Amino acid sequence: MKHSDVDVIVIGGGHAGCEAGAASARLGARTILVTLKRDGIGVMSCNPAIGGLGKGHLVREIDALDGVMGRVADAAGIQFRLLNRRKGPAVQGPRAQADRKIYRHTMLVEMENTENLRVLEGEVTDLLMKDGSVAGVVLADGSEIPAPSVVLTTGTFLRGVIHIGDECRSGGRMGDKPSIKLAERLDGFGLAMGRLKTGTPPRLDGRTIDWDQLDRQPGDEDPVLFSFLSRKVSAPQISCGITHTNDKTHDIIRSNLNRSAMYGGHIDGVGPRYCPSIEDKVVRFSEKNSHQVFLEPEGIEDHTVYPNGISTSLPVDVQEDYVRSIRGLEQVRILQPGYAIEYDYVDPRSLNTQLELRAVPGLFLAGQINGTTGYEEAAAQGLVAGLNAGLGALRREPVTFSRTQSYIGVMVDDLTSRGVTEPYRMFTSRAEFRLSLRADNADQRLTPIGMDLGCVGPDRVAVFTEKMDRLNSGKDILTRDGYTPNDISRIGVKVSNDGVRRTMFDLLAFPNVRLGDLEPLDDRVGSIDSEIGVQLERDALYANYVQRQEKDFAALKRDEQEIIPDDFDFQGLSGLSNELKSKLVRLRPENLMQAGRVEGMTPAALSLLLSRLRRLKTDRAS
Amino acid sequence: MDTIFAQATAPGKAGVAIVRLSGPDSWTAVESLCGAVPAPRVASLRTVKGSTGVLDEALVLVFEAGASFTGERVAEFQVHGSSAVVAAVLSELSGLDGLRPADPGEFTRRALENGCLDLAQVEGLADLIDAETEAQRQQAQRVLAGELGRRAEEWRRDLIRAAALLEATIDFADEDVPEDVTPEVSLLIGKVTDSLRAEIAGVGIAERVRTGFEVAIVGAPNVGKSTLLNALAGRDAAITSEVAGTTRDVIEVRMDLAGLPVSVLDTAGIRETEDVVERIGVDRAIERARSSDVRVFLTETGDVEGLPVLDDDIVLFAKADVFGEREGAVSGVTGFGVDWLVSELRRKLVERVGRGGVATRERHRLAMERAVVDLDRAVAFFDVGSENFDLVAEELRSAVRALESLVGRVDVEALLDDIFSSFCIGK
Repeated sequence: MKHSDVDVIVIGGGHAGCEAGAASARLGARTILVTLKRDGIGVMSCNPAIGGLGKGHLVREIDALDGVMGRVADAAGIQFRLLNRRKGPAVQGPRAQADRKIYRHTMLVEMENTENLRVLEGEVTDLLMKDGSVAGVVLADGSEIPAPSVVLTTGTFLRGVIHIGDECRSGGRMGDKPSIKLAERLDGFGLAMGRLKTGTPPRLDGRTIDWDQLDRQPGDEDPVLFSFLSRKVSAPQISCGITHTNDKTHDIIRSNLNRSAMYGGHIDGVGPRYCPSIEDKVVRFSEKNSHQVFLEPEGIEDHTVYPNGISTSLPVDVQEDYVRSIRGLEQVRILQPGYAIEYDYVDPRSLNTQLELRAVPGLFLAGQINGTTGYEEAAAQGLVAGLNAGLGALRREPVTFSRTQSYIGVMVDDLTSRGVTEPYRMFTSRAEFRLSLRADNADQRLTPIGMDLGCVGPDRVAVFTEKMDRLNSGKDILTRDGYTPNDISRIGVKVSNDGVRRTMFDLLAFPNVRLGDLEPLDDRVGSIDSEIGVQLERDALYANYVQRQEKDFAALKRDEQEIIPDDFDFQGLSGLSNELKSKLVRLRPENLMQAGRVEGMTPAALSLLLSRLRRLKTDRAS
Repeated sequence: MDTIFAQATAPGKAGVAIVRLSGPDSWTAVESLCGAVPAPRVASLRTVKGSTGVLDEALVLVFEAGASFTGERVAEFQVHGSSAVVAAVLSELSGLDGLRPADPGEFTRRALENGCLDLAQVEGLADLIDAETEAQRQQAQRVLAGELGRRAEEWRRDLIRAAALLEATIDFADEDVPEDVTPEVSLLIGKVTDSLRAEIAGVGIAERVRTGFEVAIVGAPNVGKSTLLNALAGRDAAITSEVAGTTRDVIEVRMDLAGLPVSVLDTAGIRETEDVVERIGVDRAIERARSSDVRVFLTETGDVEGLPVLDDDIVLFAKADVFGEREGAVSGVTGFGVDWLVSELRRKLVERVGRGGVATRERHRLAMERAVVDLDRAVAFFDVGSENFDLVAEELRSAVRALESLVGRVDVEALLDDIFSSFCIGK
């Protein structure tokens, strides 16, 4: 690939960058991924785990669109656990501890083997601009690469400041250099920015941990993987350790609070409420005299251990003291101190739902720079940005993900219409159509979309098509015939004697009725394989709810599809109050659904807006 | 697509009131209330029958899809303009399958979507919808003021808490969250359901319909409020004396005021006070006066303190027997101005008949009924165990959405706020 015929440039090789680069390349866009160091590709800078609740859903969705994260995590997984196994399938989320080294290596190989994608080591110092649109990048050596689309995934590099106690220094992750010049270029765009913080715990030397004293948490016996293409685990499996903080730990932390960067007044950024530092836990929940700490090995051949639950910005000597007050860690050696990092993020309301800056056509942002946290959130945004960067460069129609269809859509809509006040993390409770948006049916929801876009490879198309065939014939068996209450009670299922005929699919929605119980009704049930059987049981379980939500679903989707053009003149909308007009101008809702959520919006105002949109459409058509 | 209905004419007493329906089931609704459906665009006299018998004689009109105001099948009942008749018809319609009360501006929205309105028409209609929305807001506020509002506030709090507890065990299963939230969630759902049932059974709404209007007499201490009440009631209902601050609680006298059922409230005199008991009385006075339909302000100086004077309120000079009998003055002692006050109150209240929000109450009743169904299902799933927590959460969400007009919108952020302030989340 010559520098002269590049379609998409991705800046950054983290989780957002990798997914973005791979996605645009899969579409056929010639893509360059610029990273400071090859070794930095696929680095997990925080805890060595992928997935979880809501997050596992995102990974499945990325995978359904043939993204890389799921497959790489499966290759690197050293402990798989399906969270919420005892709760409903809609809220179950796959999670895995990952071997950092295998993850990094597998990701690099994946990037290097992706057709149309080239990894380039270098530092992007500036963007090329042409008529207000982005036109490429400038590298530190002064060379220029022109391209119509650029995806910026620079994480916490924007004015990142690392705090350890009262020490602070500028930097992104530990050991990385900050990109000040690029930050200045972004400043020039006049975007709304905010400041966030996040923290990490000290990393421990596993050889100095007294594992015998500790409880262990093994993985699941029947691991649930991320990718619809993976069949079995490949790395050796391990257990994590569990220990607890105690009164002594809390005393040490309390008496040194003034030396913590967060409590000493050195930090202005807002931290995530769901990931508090140990200082926060001790102060805010002072009635609790113990907090759980998970000791997560960072790899099979790596003796580094990540103590999940005690992130901190205390000085190194205090970190040593409090860590050693914890059972099993009395002799522990700290390999790398914990630290807090503050960084700038771009208010994601400056983005459209393709994650393109409204003010700078061709420039896409993905990941932590948009105020999110988590590898999975970053990767999912990378996918959206990468696809649209590629589609834009290829002069094709952009793709938007709907709230009604995916967690990806929920996240993008939340970010671009509501913005963030703390680092945004996915929760299943954010998805109002949670019962439909399950991890197990991500492929059914999204793979067809990916196939239409052309970002899904032939292997997955084959696997998916074959699965859908089996699913459809299974469903056909279950829905073909109706049975009388008499037939049904004969197989031991209690049903009211109302004369209503029920299909086997209807019966599966009954509590405690499993597919196997239905075999006496029709022996073809035995021909349904277990993978498909489980899927059908789940579909049946939620069928009534999915039906009930359909009205909400349709209404939301209808409003979502009423697109408000970027150049829409809210000021010229007569009949609206000035207050509402100025809110609309500021928030620039992208569709009628987002407009409806603007505070103070009335039905009359929405009707006005809709009528003007309709008028524009007819004007443009004629 | 649902079929929607609403009173299309201005609420209140009038010769004729029009109830309009739009949507696929609108003709079926005519059929079930009136028997045969008249020919399209031909006004026909029909007897409207409900589950309780004949409701009214009405002029019924139907329009075909594509040839109506909204572009959908439309039906109109032109009934006699009494709020009782309108309420009965609305209630009957809401009992039919596929029908629900229209949301504000929904007729217009449908017309727009079906291409039946151009921009100029919409802009003209915008004022109308705004007015309609504002009237609904005021009605809703009036219905929500006082007891129902306080209950709705409790429902909101309890439902958010229950949902937050459930979501905490779902979304933070991997954290140090106490697994067993069952007892508290059960308790909360049970409490809300009982309270909703009581409200539906009419302990609340119907009660207020029966009690009729509230008129509050407010003013500074010892300005003659209790004496005026006694004059209105024609008997010594309130204790009167010349010591300021005698009335420390709200005294309520029900009376027939020129044919209207009215509760007249005598309230504590509004003033700054160090006396704890009196302070409570003053607060209560202000609160009750706020939620009353009309406030009669008594003042010696012409100034009014403590409460804003609204459009329908009456401000009178107190103690006409002492300060002189003039226009706008009243005296409970001599009876001067009392007749004028009674006729003025009647005039204002008659104007309000029907404006009391029949539709709002009907909407609230439906909302509460839907919520109870959801909550009952939630409890049933809850009893099965944690494998159904996702369904319990869904039923709760559905109940909260049904009650939105009463408890306000509940965003996921409200749940997260509760979760993060109650549990130490984050490993």
